[in-house]
Order: sequence, then structure tokens, then C-alpha cells
Amino acid sequence: MNANVLAVLVIDENRVRASIIEAGLREAGHHNVTILHDVAGVARRIAEINPDVIVIDLGNPNRDMLENMFQLSRAVRRPVAMFVDRSDLESMEAAIEAGVSAYVVDGLKQERVKPILDLAVSRFNAYSRLMHELEEARGELENRKVVERAKGILMKSRGLSEEGAYALLRNAAMNQNRKILEIAQSLITAARLLDPGGES
Amino acid sequence: MSRSQQITAGFMPLLDSALIVVAKEKGFAETEGVDLALMRETSWANIRDRLAVGHFQVAHMLAPMPIACNLGLTPLVSRTIAAIALGLGGNALTVSNALWERMVEHGAPANLDAAAVGMALKTVVSEIRNLGGARLRFAIVHPHSGHNYELRYWLAASGIDPDRDIEIIVLPPPLMADAIGTGNIDGYCVGEPWNTAAVALGRGNIATVKAAIWRSSPEKVLGARAQWAEANPESLAALLRALYKAGQWCAEEGNRAELAALLAKPAYVGQPVEWMLPALSGEIRVAGGTVIRVEDFFVPFAKAATFPWKSHALWFYTQMVRWGQIQHDKANESIARDTYRPDVYRAALKPLGVALPGANAKVEGALKTATPVGSSGASLTLGPDGFFDGGLFDPDEIDRYIAEQAKSQI
Repeated sequence: MNANVLAVLVIDENRVRASIIEAGLREAGHHNVTILHDVAGVARRIAEINPDVIVIDLGNPNRDMLENMFQLSRAVRRPVAMFVDRSDLESMEAAIEAGVSAYVVDGLKQERVKPILDLAVSRFNAYSRLMHELEEARGELENRKVVERAKGILMKSRGLSEEGAYALLRNAAMNQNRKILEIAQSLITAARLLDPGGES
Repeated sequence: MSRSQQITAGFMPLLDSALIVVAKEKGFAETEGVDLALMRETSWANIRDRLAVGHFQVAHMLAPMPIACNLGLTPLVSRTIAAIALGLGGNALTVSNALWERMVEHGAPANLDAAAVGMALKTVVSEIRNLGGARLRFAIVHPHSGHNYELRYWLAASGIDPDRDIEIIVLPPPLMADAIGTGNIDGYCVGEPWNTAAVALGRGNIATVKAAIWRSSPEKVLGARAQWAEANPESLAALLRALYKAGQWCAEEGNRAELAALLAKPAYVGQPVEWMLPALSGEIRVAGGTVIRVEDFFVPFAKAATFPWKSHALWFYTQMVRWGQIQHDKANESIARDTYRPDVYRAALKPLGVALPGANAKVEGALKTATPVGSSGASLTLGPDGFFDGGLFDPDEIDRYIAEQAKSQI
């Protein structure tokens, strides 16, 4: 065992995010990384792994249970404390903002832990950005489908071409100072109300 | 017109977040010029951390939490004060169907009587020990909680050693009903609606309630970041007035249905309306389906329910000492006493001209009946507030109380 290699335990119910963090830690030269997705039997696992640093996502409802375990349990051979860099409250805030907290065994030097926390924070943030973008993309796709359906209704009921149907939607939106999407949605709702058996 | 003060409050999805939710939703905060934003959290640790870094200025907190924080018992320490309580009572003790059956065999009555139920549990615990079986496992939500201390008080007074005879673990409230269903735990002490949840799902029975262990006892407070409170006394005072009025609104029987519906919303507790009603009406369903009326199950306003008694803070402190969480000395005792701030509460409520207690501390457990107390302005009634074992806690006799409890350790 290399005494210089820190044992890092990441407890994250989100598998994708956990593997992103794991990859990051490995890239940074931390080869002793363990990921736990759920907390069943966590005490036994902690005893086996004997981690130096534990990273937990703030969304985990078991945080109180884990903290209590760190403070009391015989499973934890060495006292574990929350990693707080008192000289650097900003980084503490950044961690909480990102949704991550870290616990370290007593006596571990701050400068050895700080890079691990920083890395976890940046990976958490990257993951959130990714999710946000994905959501936006999904939303856009949904919106496009709504407009397509509204066009279809107009083409069928008014015998318009695709371009004609789109122009009608756009003009209605401009006249009423609303978004095309809103006009399309109203149109679909109206079509459903008028012909519950037809357009679905 | 003064401009409105922005305050962000963290809360946990529990029934006793009622005062905070109502202060916002029924406009009491707005009337006081407070623009109150509510942020739901998933753990008490998150509440503590976000308060420490200033994401929240105030938060729904377990009543012993600010004390533990100021005593340096929490992983992240930041000075916190409690200037208002968020009601009295509200917890219950639920056991699995299997454990309840065993307790019934040993004489447990289905009437929530803390002494009789405790005696039955003691017999079960002895039986398990004689048979060499695994210890019963009970869950609480946090080591620095009313749940932990009242459960331990009840066990110890029933002749059960909470550390040796049983095992106490920490679990988040929403997982508790599942955990007794699967047999991972045998019982738990938690706030509503998580006892009613187990009953509704057929997984457990409410054996006794906080109000039966210690009537009119403290449970949650509004914790405020000390730094913020000192810099913004007027904002805090405005919020305290809003919460006081919210408590008054919650206590009106005519508002019960609306309050239950409000709390049931996904943004707040996010559970069925029917799960909110037992705590609000005090009509608790016990084993066999009988409904028992518990007069003081949850008290949001009466009996000075929002007053931050120093004797409450000090009782929690004695229990932290009793169960080995902290060493007793005068400095620690002062920290505990100074965490609760009736002076801030009094100053904030003065413009309302409402009845306030004459003292900042009282002998806990001394009032056997409802007792009118002398106070400024209108009338106010306190009590009854007894401990189930007849115990008394005199905050002027802390050393003696701690010594007696140490001696009586089982």
C-alpha cells in the first residue's frame, strides 16, 4: 500500500454523476476511488475501505445518518470531520452551491484534500450544466413537435400547404403578441375540444 | 412605506413547518414587510450548511440543533440563535406490527399511555435479552433532536438502557415507514406525518406520543444565523411577528382543512391531506383502529407555544450531558442558555400588545393543570406540562438534575 495514495469514497445516488467524478479523480492520479450508489450496508463498506476522504452529494437524504455514523460508529476507525477550509469560505460556499460536501479523517492536511473537493465541485457543476442543456434540448424538441402538430391540423382543416399553415400561425402570433408555440398549443387544445374523437 | 426585507428560510417537509408555510402563504410575512422565500431541504445537515454560508438567513430547525451548533458539536459550526419556537409537541413513537403484538402480550394498552406502554416494552426487552436475541432497533432523525432525547428519557424512565438494551440509529423520516415494513427497524420516534404514514400503510402502530412523554414540550425552533440577526434586528423582528400570527391562524379550528391542504402541496410536505389531519386535530388512530383524542398533540399557539423558554434550552443541554454528547461545565451551560433569545422575542412582539410570559424560564413539569400566568396585557395560560414519570426540571438546579440522572442511569 502506498501511504501517499488517498482512499476516496464517493457516495452518490446518481450513477452518471458518480462515474464522471470517478473519471476525474482517476485522471488527477487518484487511483484508490470507490463509488457507492446506495447506503445499504454503508457502515460495513466504510470499515472495509477505510477512506481518507468521503464525498457526498447534498441531495442525499441520508446525510444526517452518514454524519452520525462518522461521529459515533465503530465502523469508522479514525475520527471523520467535515472538510471546512476556514481561510476560504468562498470555496465552502461554492461546494454547497454545487451540491457537494466532503468529510476527511482527522489530521489530513488541507492542501491534500482541497484539490479533491475542487475537482468534485467542478464535476458536479459540469454535470448540472449538462443536465440543464439536455433539458433545454428536450424542451426544444417538444416545442417543435407541438408546432408540427398545429400545422398538421391547419393543413387538414383549412386545406393549406405546410408553408401556408406556418404563415397563419406566425401571423396569429404577431397579431396577438404571443409566441408561435402558445398559438400552436391553443390550437391543439381547441381542436381536441371540438373533435374529441379525432385529433389526439 | 418601508421597503420589504428579503428573507430566505430553509425548511424540511414536516408538518411542523406549518408556521413558516402559513407565514408566507397567508400573507402574514408580507403584511410585516417581509418578502419570505421558502426553500425545501432534504437533510438537517443541508439546513445547517446553507445557514452557515448565508444561503438561508433563518431555518426550521430541531430545537436542540442551534444549541449543539453553538457548543461545537456539529461538523460545521456557525453561531445560531433561536428567537422563536415553532409550536409544541407533534411527535409520536411508532413500532412495527410484530413488536406491537409482542408488547400487547406483555400488557401494552392501546391508549398511548407512556408509562404502561414503556413497562410492556421493558418486559419485551428483558425477554429478548434472556433468549439471547438481537437487540431491538429504533430510529430517530438526528442525534441532536427532541426525538432522540424524549425517546431516551422515556426508555430510561421505563427501565431500559437506550445504549445497552436497544440500538438507536439515524434515518431520514420519509424512509422510516418503509424500514419498519421491511423489518430493518422495530420502531421510531419522528414528527408527523411519518407516524400516521405507517398507520395508513398498515406497517406499524403508534405506541405513544411526545405529548404523553412530556406534555407541552419543545420540538422545532426558527434558527437564525447570529451574524445576520445582529445586523438585521428589524427584519428578524418583523418575521417573528409574522410567525406569531401564523401560529394563531394555525390554531383556529376553522382553518384546519385549509392548513392540511396547504401542507399537503408538493412544494411543502407533499403527502396526502389525510396524513396531515391527525396531528392537527389531535385525533390519533391506535392499534385496532380506535381513535384517541390527544389534547396537546401539536400546539401551534396556545400556552405560549412560540416562546423560546431558556428552561427548554437548558433541558436539552442536560440531556446532551446525560447521553455523553458534551461535558458539563458552566461555560457550556451558558452557551446553551444564551442560544435561546426570549429577549429578542419580547422586543419583536411588543408592538402587538399580546400576552407574554412574565419569566424567561420555568420549572418544567411543575404545572399539573392549566394555569393562568401574570403577564403584560391580556391573559395567558400555561400547562399542564408534566413529564410522564412525574419528573421535575428546575433550571436553577442544573447540577443536581444532571447528577441525579447520572446516578439513576440504568
